[in-house]
Amino acid sequence: MGAGISEKTVAETAEERISYLRAGHTLRSWFFTTDHKRIALLYLVSVTFFFFIGGAAAALMRADLLTPEGDLLSNEGYNRAFTLHGVIMVWFFLIPSIPNVFGNFLLPLMIGARDLAFPRLNLISWYVYMVGGLFTVFILITGGVDTGWTFYTPLSSMFANGNVVLAATAIFVVGFSSIMTGLNFIVTVHTLRAPGMTWGRLPLFVWSHYATSIILVLATPVLTISLVLIAAERLFGIGIFDPALGGDPLLYQHLFWFYSHPAVYIMVLPALGVTSELVAAAARKPVFGYWFVAASSIAIALVGFLVWGHHMFVSGQSMYASAVFSFLSLVVAVPSGIKVYNWTATLYKGHISLDPPFLFAMGFIGLFVVGGLTGLILAMLAVDVHVHDTYFVVAHFHYIMVGGTVSAFFGALHYWWPKITGRHYSIVWGSLSAVFIFLGFNLTFFPQFLLGYLGMPRRYHVYDPGFQVLHVLSSAGATILGVAYLLPFAYLFYSLRNGEPAGPNPWGATGLEWTVASPPPKHNFETIPVVTRPPYDYEIEQESDAG
Amino acid sequence: MREPFSTAAQQREADMLGMYLFLASEVLLFGGLFAGALTYRILYPEAVVAASARLHVWIGAANTALLLTSSLLVALAVQAADCGLRRPAAALLSGAAGLGFGFLVLKAVEYTKEIHQGLLPGFGGRFDFSSPVEQLFMNLYLVGTGLHAAHMTVGIAILAGLAWRIGRRSLPLPERAVTVAVCGLYWHLVDIVWVFLYPVLYLAR
Ligand code: HEM
Ligand SMILES: [Cu+2]
Repeated sequence: MGAGISEKTVAETAEERISYLRAGHTLRSWFFTTDHKRIALLYLVSVTFFFFIGGAAAALMRADLLTPEGDLLSNEGYNRAFTLHGVIMVWFFLIPSIPNVFGNFLLPLMIGARDLAFPRLNLISWYVYMVGGLFTVFILITGGVDTGWTFYTPLSSMFANGNVVLAATAIFVVGFSSIMTGLNFIVTVHTLRAPGMTWGRLPLFVWSHYATSIILVLATPVLTISLVLIAAERLFGIGIFDPALGGDPLLYQHLFWFYSHPAVYIMVLPALGVTSELVAAAARKPVFGYWFVAASSIAIALVGFLVWGHHMFVSGQSMYASAVFSFLSLVVAVPSGIKVYNWTATLYKGHISLDPPFLFAMGFIGLFVVGGLTGLILAMLAVDVHVHDTYFVVAHFHYIMVGGTVSAFFGALHYWWPKITGRHYSIVWGSLSAVFIFLGFNLTFFPQFLLGYLGMPRRYHVYDPGFQVLHVLSSAGATILGVAYLLPFAYLFYSLRNGEPAGPNPWGATGLEWTVASPPPKHNFETIPVVTRPPYDYEIEQESDAG
Repeated sequence: MREPFSTAAQQREADMLGMYLFLASEVLLFGGLFAGALTYRILYPEAVVAASARLHVWIGAANTALLLTSSLLVALAVQAADCGLRRPAAALLSGAAGLGFGFLVLKAVEYTKEIHQGLLPGFGGRFDFSSPVEQLFMNLYLVGTGLHAAHMTVGIAILAGLAWRIGRRSLPLPERAVTVAVCGLYWHLVDIVWVFLYPVLYLAR
């Protein structure tokens, strides 16, 4: 059998060297591909599409909030806009963005594998995602749903207008896509690591995707069952949540948050993994405390399952339960703190190069810290009762989810773009957009902390005129942010034709993905590499340069 | 061997691990329902006991016996497949699928009785429980057993399909024994879920 393989290698060498982008030009070769890199690009196009739909809904809301009267949208229309925004952003952008685009593209390359363990499952998962996504957009635009992305019962199960069951079905469907991806990643990391790629040599990006996948596989089914139960209640009157039918509304909140708190880590853990890579590459040093950073991903994944009750402080759960959840929520902040500390230590005395990926990483760290600290404030029982369901909460989760995850997404895009496309983009424009995203973001969401603190409730669009100034500031920031998000489109597209060829390792980084050509050949590695060095061995490289 | 793998052992390991992870996600799917049922048993023991006492415990017991037997047949079929015994493997799998079908028939009989006795919510007709907790318990019962029955249906189709493919040699044994092993795992899971559903629902009295 060994002989068979080597013959095949010889025969295919020339063909295998062709980059994955050039290996086939037909539509068929894209839509029926099982190559993880092509599937990653399919995802890149799709998540970008959904990001713009979600963004359009946000723009609509910010425009409506410019004035204290509800003059642009009706109450119902406003409810539908924020539901559309939340549903699309959470399930069709934030959750799949980094894992399904960059995880898909990089995981096999980083561990020295030719593909994911189940390539066809990977393709199916994209189709499932697209079906769920297009269906959702269709429903939300035609009929609309007014429950918010949390589908709280009994509103969603008995009273809500619109297509709750159809929307729940779409999210049910996309859940399967998440589970398939998570399963594929875990199996790949376990079975397809190249010789010498021990667990201690895995890039931190891989560790964080491994942790994310655990959550995807274990938490998503709980969401699935909650959606099944909502549908059963709405369609057949099988009351699980509606008190009039013998149900219990708190049960829904428990099930939902048992998924959705861990889900916030599905969104942010991959971002933490990206940041570790960017920080190491920018500082040209090994990540300080490798094992702590790796283990903290796993710790976040596990403890994240125990804190859901902090979303239910004012829901009528018992006071003792609230106190326990409050304490556990403070515990889960520790591993996140470890990461920030270790990045700082890595950057300390590093030879830092100020290029766009690094600027995005810095933006990420800043926004993540603000989001995390305000999370601690919210986790304190007494304070949360004051700011619960105000704009303070809105600002908190946008700092984490948008400031954090979206910044990291852009960071990843700018760091691995030369690898994916083989081209450089304009460093000046890249840096400018990193700075504008950071500024625009803060101008948009910082005023919302103040609004919340002053008592502006979330999900209202008719408000006390006293809040107007802060709302106008926020809308102005959103405009800057919107433009800043559009900028990369221009120069990245431009680079596709006109960028300088990047070469295999434009940042002088370590990691197996930088040892293959840019863009990588169809089968990644001609022969599976043998790993002999620890991850992030920048110092060794410098020593040998000097010597 | 499939594309990214370089040895058969590696592929087998990946297939088994993939199935175990999938089953873990299935366990959590039912886990939410179990947790709910147990919580209400602890919070409102009398009402839950009263509702559970009206279920047809002997039909449930018969179904448990059917499922455990079919699981045994599947375990034997996996062994047979490993040794390349084509005919016995196909026969054992068909037997297991048959027992599974028997389970569904009994379950249907049970649902019909329950509807007539006013035990099941959501089917029009009369519904005979007054307290909300009893009603909730019956709702959980219906969703839990219904979801399980849906899994059974899929499982039966898988077993029957396997038996057929083994019979006409389109699934060569023992080379593809891992496929039988992976499907066998799925059937054991369906069995295990029932082994938990039965006491939590029927024996809560
Ligand atoms: C690390 C990533 C995090 C993300 C992505 C995230 C995201 C979110 C989201 C989406 C909500 C709003 C839920 C809703 O619609 O009602 C929320 C609320 C909340 N978060 Fe976070 N969060 C993160 C970290 C944290 C941390 C570290 C803590 C505590 C230590 C925390 C504590 C809270 C609390 C207590 C609320 C509820 C506030 C309320 O509804 O009154 N979060 N978070
Ligand atoms: Cu939470």
